Amino acid sequence: MNALAENLISPVVLCFVLGIVARWVKSDLAVPEPVYQGLSIYLLLAIGLKGGSALAVTPFGELLLPGVITLLLGLITPVSAYFLMRRFGRLGVEDAAAVAAHYGSVSVVTFLAAVEAVKRTGAETEGYLPALVAVLEVPGIIVALLFASGGGGTKGSWRKALHEVVTGKSIVLLLGGLLIGALCGPAKLVDVQPFFAAAFKGALCIFMIELGLAAGKRLRDAGKAGVRLLVLGCVIPVLHGALGVFAGIAAGLSPGGAVVLGAMAGSASYIAAPAAVRVALPGANPAYYLTLALGITFPFNLAIGIPLFQTLAKHFDSWL
Amino acid sequence: MALRQTLRKVTIIAERVLRDDLIELVKAKGAKGWTLAMVEGEGSRGIRASEWEGRNVQLDTLVSPEVADTIMDEVGSRYFKDWSVIVYVADVEVLRKDKYVG
Repeated sequence: MNALAENLISPVVLCFVLGIVARWVKSDLAVPEPVYQGLSIYLLLAIGLKGGSALAVTPFGELLLPGVITLLLGLITPVSAYFLMRRFGRLGVEDAAAVAAHYGSVSVVTFLAAVEAVKRTGAETEGYLPALVAVLEVPGIIVALLFASGGGGTKGSWRKALHEVVTGKSIVLLLGGLLIGALCGPAKLVDVQPFFAAAFKGALCIFMIELGLAAGKRLRDAGKAGVRLLVLGCVIPVLHGALGVFAGIAAGLSPGGAVVLGAMAGSASYIAAPAAVRVALPGANPAYYLTLALGITFPFNLAIGIPLFQTLAKHFDSWL
Repeated sequence: MALRQTLRKVTIIAERVLRDDLIELVKAKGAKGWTLAMVEGEGSRGIRASEWEGRNVQLDTLVSPEVADTIMDEVGSRYFKDWSVIVYVADVEVLRKDKYVG
């Protein structure tokens, strides 16, 4: 219980709550779009650079197993999400595939929150984890879209959807940052370090206010999604997260790294996936996937998921 | 007073993700130019994927009546079923008509 409260009382989580409250009380608070876009560029590039500089000093052999495990997670999670949504969520093919694309992909902010939570406990995480975020981002969406095309659901364009995912700003900035970081190495990144490191958490706080505002709006729609979907929105992150933690420990990650991998696997994307899904599956109802990803699963992971994965990592680590 | 001639202004308001598609569409149908603005509004459709990450786009283009008709038909058949899109047309008076047609 203490760990739960400890996880909640942090500037990042509380800024998210502030956004939700501001929406509830119908405040005129809004993060202007250029500011939000600017912050997302800053955050994604900073994450990429940090991961890239760690890649520069990590031998390739050490990355291989975690990379493969992450890719497998990216292939498994959309499949389980799809069948859970079909069977227990009673969604149609197209809606289930759309939701599965979100759970197959990864939420960068959940990743960041998990890294912060692990750091607060004094544990270490592997520096190259952002590279795994990039690995996890794309395959889930592709697998989920395959379900839809198998079920005759795709009316939209595959080519455009793929273009949307692969050239979307989150992948371009993440991969670009990783590449720049890896090429330059830690020594040359010292120059940009003050800008990208010192202000990072503050920028994240403002970003979280915007996410809170958006989630607050989605929470109002939560009732319309139905009880089954709400329950699934909490069950899926636990299932995927536990799998991710277990896979992380098995792949030889530190317990802290496994917590972060769990949070990544348990998270649902709401930046890359919605745009791609809207293009590929225009008939799927955004109310389902946006409400689940942003309104239910994201807050669930922030509040309960991440502390739960920390507990799981401790147990798994002592077993293996 | 310069000569005023009548043309049609086709206005399409749509989800942001359709931006590039729509520009391509109006040009393919014969528009020689376009103007784009980010707009907000409310209509019969509920929420959409691009809603929380940006506003809608409004695309205006000045064209001949024939081109206006083909653009409207194409937008209707391609997008009305699954997307949040509206399209309307109005007569406008312009100077230098040659800029827009022909």
